[in-house]
Amino acid sequence: MRKAALNAVITVLATMMLLGAAAVGSAGNYPDKPISIVVTYSPGGATDYQARVATMEASDEKYFGQPCVIINKPGAGGKVGWNWFVDSAPKDGYTMVTYNIPHFIAQSLVFETHYGYDAFEPLANWGADPAVLIVPQDSPFNSIKDLVDYAKQNPGKVTVSGAGLYVGHHIALLQFMKAAGIQMTYIPEQGGTDAITSVISGKIQAGFNNLSDAYRNKQRIKILGICDVQRDKDFLPEVPTFKEAGYPEVDDTSVNLRGLAFPKGVDPALIDKVAATLAKMFESKIIKDAMFMGGCPLKIMTREQVIQMFNERQKTLSVLFPKKVQ
Amino acid sequence: MNDLFQYLPEIFTGSRVLVLLLGTVGGLILGATPGLSPTMAVALLVPFTFHMDPATGLVLLGSVFTSTVAGGSLAAILINIPGAPANIATTFDGYPMAKKGRAQEALYISYLSSLVGGVFGIIILMFFTPPLAKLAMEFGPSEMFWCAMFGVSVMAGLASGSMFKGLFMGGVGLLISCIGDDPVYGVTRFVFNDSLAGGITEIPALIGIFAIPQILGMVESLDVVLTKTHFRPEKGILRKVLGMLPGLSPQMGLGSFIGALVGIVPGAGGQIAGIIAYDQNKKFCKHPETLGTGDPRGVAAVESANNAMVGPSLIPMLIMGIPGCPTAAVLMGGLLIHGMFPGPDLFLKHADVTYTFFWAMLFAQITMGVFGLVMSRYSYLVTNISNLMMIGAVMVLAVFGTYTVSNNFDDVVLMFTLGFATYIARKYGFSAAPLVLGIILGPIVENNFSKGRMIAESDLGMFSYFFTGTTNLIIIGLCLLSLGWSLYSEVKFARSQKKNNVAAAPAGCAG
Repeated sequence: MRKAALNAVITVLATMMLLGAAAVGSAGNYPDKPISIVVTYSPGGATDYQARVATMEASDEKYFGQPCVIINKPGAGGKVGWNWFVDSAPKDGYTMVTYNIPHFIAQSLVFETHYGYDAFEPLANWGADPAVLIVPQDSPFNSIKDLVDYAKQNPGKVTVSGAGLYVGHHIALLQFMKAAGIQMTYIPEQGGTDAITSVISGKIQAGFNNLSDAYRNKQRIKILGICDVQRDKDFLPEVPTFKEAGYPEVDDTSVNLRGLAFPKGVDPALIDKVAATLAKMFESKIIKDAMFMGGCPLKIMTREQVIQMFNERQKTLSVLFPKKVQ
Repeated sequence: MNDLFQYLPEIFTGSRVLVLLLGTVGGLILGATPGLSPTMAVALLVPFTFHMDPATGLVLLGSVFTSTVAGGSLAAILINIPGAPANIATTFDGYPMAKKGRAQEALYISYLSSLVGGVFGIIILMFFTPPLAKLAMEFGPSEMFWCAMFGVSVMAGLASGSMFKGLFMGGVGLLISCIGDDPVYGVTRFVFNDSLAGGITEIPALIGIFAIPQILGMVESLDVVLTKTHFRPEKGILRKVLGMLPGLSPQMGLGSFIGALVGIVPGAGGQIAGIIAYDQNKKFCKHPETLGTGDPRGVAAVESANNAMVGPSLIPMLIMGIPGCPTAAVLMGGLLIHGMFPGPDLFLKHADVTYTFFWAMLFAQITMGVFGLVMSRYSYLVTNISNLMMIGAVMVLAVFGTYTVSNNFDDVVLMFTLGFATYIARKYGFSAAPLVLGIILGPIVENNFSKGRMIAESDLGMFSYFFTGTTNLIIIGLCLLSLGWSLYSEVKFARSQKKNNVAAAPAGCAG
């Protein structure tokens, strides 16, 4: 009796596994199970948060009809997760990763990583967060010029915070110092929130931070400039670009772009299909509204645009970071 | 003030009561699972609040935050494995109490202290938010460095009678925390294998250091199990514990005060609140020698501190967008998704949501207390499980809890390695707590020192940056006091040991 029951259970399980395997094999009814999204930062950070919002409509029949599940693999500023992804992520089209530009390209130029700018199959981009130059509310600096004049007289004395090493904020500062011919001290913090806190409290004299975070703290800081090719019409129309201030070298290289990618080796037909669906999904009103409410600026880019952007960034960044550290 | 009471009925509308109850009970169970920290529980729930109205969503997040912090004591007391980093110090006295068959009593004390501390913290949050928010701004790299040094000074006092062994383990912990990338200089250290690239993080270390020696200890004593006495649910324990409360009130007061203070300091959290409260209680109370052997006072101090941290850790977040602890940072995401930005607007434009949230936090504390007490009545079920079963269950929890932190199997291997090493070290009288404290404090000490050094060198110079300023001087003074006291009590302890030995020796000869 007991044996019969056991056999029945085993048969059922085996059938289910066979069916499952068969289903994975056919790309026609993709996706027939939830899609995993690897986020290379801890839960609750900006990338994690935006990834959850950007994929919340995935289970709608119009897009994938299956939910996206976020898997966090944090560590070493994203290196642990991205290394794992290029080495061992399954290539069946059910595992994606979030990328952060310019962070991951700069990292691959400076450190020994398992990945480079061409290690992924980009799918679509959802967000763009330009770096802005901020100073405390009671700071004597009221414009980019004030800061440059002071820094010229006091080389190395101005402290500037940012969300870590080799992230967009760090790159913006490097570009700015090069363009203006000045020397300032970069203080890498644990994340964007820590970096803005140190500026609000006046512990650090200036900072490069995300436009979204600066916008939320508008009453407590002064925003002097935006590192992009044009002003931001939605959130900060009154803030000038660095180009307007006379530093056209500070372009949009430091804009923090976020999106999704597959590992190399996924079926090309599937890549195109998923890339198109993702771009359509990011355009949906529900996601756009939710992103806007959270203060996250949107920038939806298709696979072709993302590939082009990766190539451009690789070119500009290899000039800024010519060799690896040992 | 009127606003506050005006919004009291809001909490009893619609599905909010249900959400509050579910959040609290679910949080208690989540919190009891090693590896599922409050931060992770709240982060996982944030997406569910997208589809709720703002107030209900925050009721859910607030109640889960509250109860996961309290829930961690269950595992700490019953199986000697902290459910979350905040409960490390709960194991010091909670588990010895359970071993003596006083598990139910320990749990009652733990939940009642959590309730007292939690309510204290929420009251601070409700009435003192604007003045205290400014305090958080005082903490820059130099102040944070000294705060963390205060934590390091606590290591010396954790293991009385073996101060040097305690300091040694703390040093090892600090060294372990150096593994991986240095976030300020970008240098990779001690990474001879890719699996160490991410460093050794808090929760895998915590589980390895506490759970593995515990499992091995149970394996050693498997033969003893067969004669184990069975604990039965006893009547009248709650009355006994309620009778003990007046005696425990100094501990709860001290714990609540320290917890609230640590909560406001940005970047610290429940784990630091709990350890400091335990240490300070040891320094202030009479008969410190019974602490660590199953003294209810130890449990009361720690559990009131880690729950008192909850409310105040939200203060700088709500006013300035500066999170007082990692969980508060995640909770901020829950506010942003509804278009509520930290700042005075929360109390003017969104007063309905904010005050409902405050009330929900208060009621969640009370619900948590009540359910915690009910759950404790059944603790005998856990203590009666045979060790053989327990070994399996704890092992599964340990692996599961470690893996879920960053979905990385390397962490599981690290967890076991650290566990075996700790097991051997414990055989030679080295205790595990300073090791964990070192791993937790290491990054805070180091990052703030490196950042402080960069700031200092750009302008003031090292000495005037680290050794001037009122806040710096106050914290340095506290560090010195704490160290001095540890030395004094160490000497006193050694003397009394000597005296006892002298007194015992002739009696031994005569016998």
